Amino acid sequence: MSLIDTVVPARAPWSAVVRAGEVLTITDLGGNQAVDFLVFDAADPSLRYSAPDTIQGQDSVFLTTGSILRDCEYGPLMTVVADEVGRHDTLGGACSKESNTLRYGQHTWAQHACVENFLAEGGRHGLGKRDLVSNINWYMNVPVDPDGALGIVDGISAPGLSLALRAERDVLVVVSNCPQINNPCNGFDPTPVRMVVTR
Amino acid sequence: MTTTSTGTGTTAGARAHARAQEADARGATATLPTRPASAWPAPPEGVDPAAMVHAEVVAGGGYTHLAVARGTHVRLTDLAGDACAHVLAYRLDRPWERLNVADTVKVQWQVYLTAGHLLLSDQGRVLASIVGDTSGRQDALYGTTTRARNEERYGDGAAQGESPAGRELFALAAAKHDLARRDLPPSLSFFQGVRIDDEGRPVFEGSAGAGAAITLRAEVPLLLLVANTAHPLDPRPFTSTPLEVLAWRGEPTAETDELWDATPEGRRAFVNTVTDLAARGIA
Repeated sequence: MSLIDTVVPARAPWSAVVRAGEVLTITDLGGNQAVDFLVFDAADPSLRYSAPDTIQGQDSVFLTTGSILRDCEYGPLMTVVADEVGRHDTLGGACSKESNTLRYGQHTWAQHACVENFLAEGGRHGLGKRDLVSNINWYMNVPVDPDGALGIVDGISAPGLSLALRAERDVLVVVSNCPQINNPCNGFDPTPVRMVVTR
Repeated sequence: MTTTSTGTGTTAGARAHARAQEADARGATATLPTRPASAWPAPPEGVDPAAMVHAEVVAGGGYTHLAVARGTHVRLTDLAGDACAHVLAYRLDRPWERLNVADTVKVQWQVYLTAGHLLLSDQGRVLASIVGDTSGRQDALYGTTTRARNEERYGDGAAQGESPAGRELFALAAAKHDLARRDLPPSLSFFQGVRIDDEGRPVFEGSAGAGAAITLRAEVPLLLLVANTAHPLDPRPFTSTPLEVLAWRGEPTAETDELWDATPEGRRAFVNTVTDLAARGIA
């Protein structure tokens, strides 16, 4: 049974509570659309997603089927139960107006960025700047080269590919459908994504 | 135990007992702060003892925190070869601006941080520069340890236990500055290296040995939280040895320094930083 079935427009934020045992399926409708993703314990949002704890619990810096998304005290929040892409990023964080000025130049200051979405959508749930930490970037391709070079490169997703996340407890998911246009994370053309929650 | 105590059954006796301890302990404990820092016996080469602002040896499993002026240099030394300095950095004057590890590695296109790299805040500015690194064994991806996982791996993760979790130590250090667990983002660690292989798997490298040092330069008024405890990927039974922390007054990176222009991203970060500091009357 579908509890939620919605399309998040290009560049928009989105959030939902996903109850323990429910499954959130995210579909990359247009292909190579980065979905910046944070997840919190719905009852105690000080327990929030932790990228370091998540990769401590597995043998790779990439996320895919079987990855357990852990909170900052190492507790499981969600598990990746299906993934048609193969790997996703949790090292690169979210784009912001501020980091855009460093990466591309001051001319990008006026542009929309994921942190704007996280602040706006998080604020609706009482979350603020201190609650924003290194996030997941579903569908974003961020290799680490042998010399340590890390970069956002052309994606490996395609239109219609999906992934599914099972909630291990009641969680609040906060998403920014990434508006970035200065790197290939959205194929230079932000597109909508579909969110379906099933029991 | 003191030899001059006349018993602690009275306030006078308890006072005499307490006051005798400093002299009795002299030389007996290696892990302690030296106050004033100018009394530190071996300042780094070229540093006037009077310029020293912090000198401390932090025990394995211990923590410290430093609030320092812009320009201050902070040197961390792995004295015995098995320190791991987990570090968080905040703007001292506005601690809601803080280290952002993801931006630090993404903006600089590099996950293996060393001398010449910058610790970036979430506001597109430089908190500190790495100006010296004789270790080369650092990690910006795996954060610190948690109580739950240390309990699972070692049987204990409490701050005062045998195998303290970095997050428990950070929580205490942060609390001294009225910051809470919500204010602890992912951290960096120095002296225990991790490399990522071609498949994205971590390879724990361990330390570069006793004596390796890393020197940070504060580019803003800076709060540093330092937890010295085993790295989360260290496969050995819990191992953590003392960390020396020295700090001395100095100058921040100037526009004339090579580091300012080393990369376009770094240059813009320095420009953003001095623009903000100038507006606040700080620089």
